[in-house]
Amino acid sequence: MENRKRQAIVLLSGGLDSLLAARLMLDQGIHVEGINFFTGFCVEGHTHAIRRDRKDRAVRNNALHSAEQLGIRLHMIDVIDDYKDVVLNPRHGYGAHLNPCLDCKAFMVGRARSWLEEHGFDFIVTGEVLGQRPMSQRRDTFPVVARESGALDRLVRPLSARLLPPTLPEREGWVDRERLLGLSGRNRKPQIALARAYGFDYAQPAGGCCFLTDENYAHKLRDLWASRGARRYDFDDIMLLKIGRHLRPHPSFKLIIGREEGENRFLEGYRHRFAHLWATEHKGPLVLLQGDANETNLDLACAITARFGQGRSKARVRVAVGEPGGLTRERDVTPLPAHALAAEWYL
Amino acid sequence: MDLDARYLLCPMPVIRVSSVIGRMAAGDTLTVHCTDPGALHDIPAWCRLEGHEVVETRTEPSGDIVIVIRAGG
Ligand code: SF4
Repeated sequence: MENRKRQAIVLLSGGLDSLLAARLMLDQGIHVEGINFFTGFCVEGHTHAIRRDRKDRAVRNNALHSAEQLGIRLHMIDVIDDYKDVVLNPRHGYGAHLNPCLDCKAFMVGRARSWLEEHGFDFIVTGEVLGQRPMSQRRDTFPVVARESGALDRLVRPLSARLLPPTLPEREGWVDRERLLGLSGRNRKPQIALARAYGFDYAQPAGGCCFLTDENYAHKLRDLWASRGARRYDFDDIMLLKIGRHLRPHPSFKLIIGREEGENRFLEGYRHRFAHLWATEHKGPLVLLQGDANETNLDLACAITARFGQGRSKARVRVAVGEPGGLTRERDVTPLPAHALAAEWYL
Repeated sequence: MDLDARYLLCPMPVIRVSSVIGRMAAGDTLTVHCTDPGALHDIPAWCRLEGHEVVETRTEPSGDIVIVIRAGG
């Protein structure tokens, strides 16, 4: 029993730090598996969530790519429902936008701890670096994550371990503390040099690991709550906030306008839930209407739909209006003139 | 067995596949229907890690992506 190979679960985000943290553990002969939590807000650059013309975006899921480079298993876990409480009621508040980073870290490490107990693993590893992020990666917040997650001293941060009190795996000699690192701060040169030494191909930091750090996304989420008069969301809400142009021409309704074929196709999946519009004789977007589909709102929505299609310069454009999952009516409308498209409608 | 993962954005198709395949016997096949082209990369990558075999990948005239997986041991 004493000499058995120790097992660690690594929170693999797809970024460089967790990739290196996992690798440092593999170097010490630890059995490592990855865990990745899908909150619904994760940035996945290779999906319809990002337009096809954004060629700079990755073409793959970064966590899967990390696991492939490490040659380890990856457990991808849907935490969408449980994560709501983290977003809606963060004990430690938000960062710059709607990102509850400290609560989020504690939540994820806590879920990793439950997984570890269920699977008989020995400890948890993260790629956190002391002083790297203003909210969740500070000397005073590291213990908060360890405590609130219940991971306590079974939580190892190999990239900064030498600057932190020894954890159980270090004290027990499962992990050699001398071979861990003492990185701190926002300078990423040491990580980049290590990545090069290991020959890793990794995702460039894209601002944050989730849409909650994105100003525009946070604005759209706040607008959703305001329009409902309640801070709540479901899975489809937060997916749709990633897709298309969002316009609120009136407090009682909002339009989601596909920007290209892939987005239109994605939006098609919501035709059973929302009134939807499209031009029948010209190429253009599929438009979802969320909110009150009364005649006045539909008139404006039709004119906007025509505006965003290739018939925008025509005198009349035929627009179809589908009821949620039901009947379709067609009407001929005048495309909304460019000057009538108010800047403040854009979310 | 069939799995409808249409209109789900990545990585949800992989998450759905992993929960279904975990309950299947080795050698059984799972046919996954998706619309997110990201699945074309993610599902085979995940299968490589977990030892499942992708036996067929095709795009239907409707644009739906179909991936057939044989469960590993
Ligand atoms: S950026 Fe998003 S995923 Fe990352 S710690 Fe903050 S809230 Fe969590």
